[in-house]
Amino acid sequence: MSTVLAATRRNTELGLMLMAGVLTAGAYTLAGLGRSSHLPANLIPFLLVILGLLAVAHIATRRLAPGADGILLPLAGLLNGIGYVFIARLDSDLAALQALWTALGVGAFVATLVLVRRARDIERLRYTFALIGIGLLLLPLAPGIGQNINGSRLWVRLGSVTFQPGELAKIALCVFFASYLVEKQPLLAMGTRRVAGVWVPNVRHFGPMVLAWGFSLVVMFWEKDLGSSLLFFALFIVLLWVATDRGAYLAIGGVMFAAGATLAYNAFAHVRTRVHVLADPWSVASGAGYQTVQALFAFAAGGVTGTNIGQGSPQRIPAVATDFIFAAIGEELGLLGTVAVLVAFMLMVGAGLRIAMRVESPFEKLLAAGLTAIIGLQTFIIIGGVTRLVPLTGITLPFVSYGGSSLISNYILLALLLRISDDTRAREREPERVPA
Amino acid sequence: MNRQIRHLGIVLFVLFTALFVQLNWLQVIDAHDLNNNPANSRAAVRDFIQPRGVIQTSDGAVLAQSVASNDAFKLQRQYPLGELFAHVTGFFSFTYGSEGAEREFNDELTGHVSGGGFNARDLLLPRDKTANVTLTLSNKLQQIASDGLGQRKGAVVALDPRNGAVLAMVDYPTYDPAALASHNQDAVRQSWTELNADTDKPLLPQTYRERFFPGSSFKVVTAATALATGTATITQPIYPNLTELPLPNAGGQTLANFGGERCGGPLPEALRVSCNTAFGQLGLDLGGAKLTAGAEAFGFNKVPPLDLPFGASSAFPPASAFDRDKPALAKSAIGQQDVSATPLEMALVAAGIGNNGVIMTPHVLAEVRDTDGNVVKGYDPKPWLTAVPAGVANTVRDMMVGVVNGGTGTAARIPGVTVAGKTGTAQTGNNTSHTWFISFAPAEAPRIAVAVIVENQPNVSEATGGTVAAPIAQAVMRAALGS
Repeated sequence: MSTVLAATRRNTELGLMLMAGVLTAGAYTLAGLGRSSHLPANLIPFLLVILGLLAVAHIATRRLAPGADGILLPLAGLLNGIGYVFIARLDSDLAALQALWTALGVGAFVATLVLVRRARDIERLRYTFALIGIGLLLLPLAPGIGQNINGSRLWVRLGSVTFQPGELAKIALCVFFASYLVEKQPLLAMGTRRVAGVWVPNVRHFGPMVLAWGFSLVVMFWEKDLGSSLLFFALFIVLLWVATDRGAYLAIGGVMFAAGATLAYNAFAHVRTRVHVLADPWSVASGAGYQTVQALFAFAAGGVTGTNIGQGSPQRIPAVATDFIFAAIGEELGLLGTVAVLVAFMLMVGAGLRIAMRVESPFEKLLAAGLTAIIGLQTFIIIGGVTRLVPLTGITLPFVSYGGSSLISNYILLALLLRISDDTRAREREPERVPA
Repeated sequence: MNRQIRHLGIVLFVLFTALFVQLNWLQVIDAHDLNNNPANSRAAVRDFIQPRGVIQTSDGAVLAQSVASNDAFKLQRQYPLGELFAHVTGFFSFTYGSEGAEREFNDELTGHVSGGGFNARDLLLPRDKTANVTLTLSNKLQQIASDGLGQRKGAVVALDPRNGAVLAMVDYPTYDPAALASHNQDAVRQSWTELNADTDKPLLPQTYRERFFPGSSFKVVTAATALATGTATITQPIYPNLTELPLPNAGGQTLANFGGERCGGPLPEALRVSCNTAFGQLGLDLGGAKLTAGAEAFGFNKVPPLDLPFGASSAFPPASAFDRDKPALAKSAIGQQDVSATPLEMALVAAGIGNNGVIMTPHVLAEVRDTDGNVVKGYDPKPWLTAVPAGVANTVRDMMVGVVNGGTGTAARIPGVTVAGKTGTAQTGNNTSHTWFISFAPAEAPRIAVAVIVENQPNVSEATGGTVAAPIAQAVMRAALGS
């Protein structure tokens, strides 16, 4: 019965993967149909590489995590494919590299499934992950290898390869947070005082929060990476709350976030600029607000149905292949395209949270919730920034944006979610092995 | 923890809903305002960088074409014949929009008017959907007309009377469209400022947008109207030999013949020598109602439906204007006072007489072909106005043949071809005159009608239209007829 169920899930996945492949190939073909668009023929092999890699990922799941959730991988494949089509349309050099990054991402996906046979295995390695996470995060600050790009110090250069260690750090830290919070959960959830009916945590329990807060501030102050900083802190607070069910942590976290934001606003001109651009991009439309204004024009130019791929002019937006790729989708696929991408992310979040709710081990529950929160929050932060809903912070749109570090870490994240999901099935299959 | 996870799901759902609402705001509700934001040059650039087809003459000369450029606009528009066709082709400028055929046939050139409907091949192969526009104008005739005019202000319009096709349309001064189509915005702005500051108005296509006193060339309209209304025949009345015509209610004011000449006789004789006193009297005999109706039947007070943008109408006073001003009636009958006509209109007058009284719709578009050479849009000739009955037209034609054979227009004679014509000399009030010649040939079955104006000629006589303008018309007709 359960083997049949696992097979069904894999067949569902295969069917959905085929649909994602057809959509990607279809979008790519459409891009070449435009009256004035010309996609170089030599990019077609790269498209085939992308589709082949998705097939590899599917086969790996069949072998290594047969009982895992069947819709996450097709969704990732679809987003990766659409992203690839747009990168190919924007810059053929980047498209070839993105195919390479996808290969490395799928390799990391398979490697993660191979190395992590059971999610709880990594629970014991919490301090290793903490060190890895902190080390990766602070690596760009290291003299010699750290690189300033576009005013942020997020990059590390080793030889000819540059990467953003922060992308990997978010996963390592999520593993650490989940395992740490599960361990300390009884302590952190224990109320020592009630003030006017409201539970207030013991002061010494603030330690981890202050640490996470300080850490986020370091990332913000020295690496000038607002997006990652916000993501780390939000992730920690969310996991703390999920683990303890103490709303006070959310409130205190909110206050600390406000304090950090105020501090950043007063300390840094670039933060003030971002806020001013959010409030009134038009007064600086040709200066600091240029990128945002051009993105807004791109969304408007797309309207409901879009200009069709290859027919718009999204290359007017700086960084359109990375942080602003969603604006290119908005221009050329219209509201229908942006909402489709949004729905794909919502389905991913839904599938991730469903995994979290089904799994029984608290660590895996927290880890699944945390990994899903990363996808959901990161998507919100960057799409909100590009659409002028929240201040713009330069982070990538998972699976869609150009970028090796981003693709690799998101495929690792995906593999962990599938591993947790497969564990759930394994336990449902053999309930006698599960300790009560 | 499931309760919190569910709540986390709700929070993320709310955040995504906020994104959904914001996207709807940007892409639907506020999209129109954003698209029209002054800072938004996106649509303008997108339209500008669309591939455009070629504009060419009927004899295959390329007037406008796009070549690759290594800048953001991708394509640079070129005008190989420059000034010669500037007022027909117009220009395609990022800074100042478009003019002329570039403006009129924008949809055809960019492929928005393509025939054949859905083509399954479009799904498989990227296809150049632009189309090439062929005009009715002839590079050869245009060049001859331009040579004839030289560096004198003036205009030449040649039509095929049978179908209204414009064969040549030249005026001077003109400009080079390349100066406005350049991608160097500063240079374009400077050229634009200089061209607009030039008092000779080089940017203005005088052929169909500028009005001039038609002078005696208008007598063709007056004569045709008189015959059509029965006010005169070719034998009656016989106008007295006068040097000047006393005007009623004018306090002794008179209408004089050019250079104090004495003339008169029946209508054909009056037209042959372009007798002002006779035509002034004819105007008085006709009265305002008939003369205005006659002028309007030839297209005055209407914009000719030429397929080029911003055409001007020619002007003739309303009948009521003559109720208390009889002198104006006499002066209007000889194309002075408040009468003004574009060179195109006077070419249409000649063409109408030549085409049995029917003025065909003037047009410059011959056909539109896609890049595979298939015709996606042709042109079907259609009448614009019936000016006078065929019999009247043929009578006027015979009188105009007399003008060329033995009157003021002998300079337009072509050996072996019967030419019909009429001279005109319109005083401008500063001791110069506009000299006109309108004509068609062969008179019995015309294939070309030409109107020529050479502006502000000094020291003129009534015959000057015949010596200055007629040779230009003669050269154009001669080339068109191959004789």
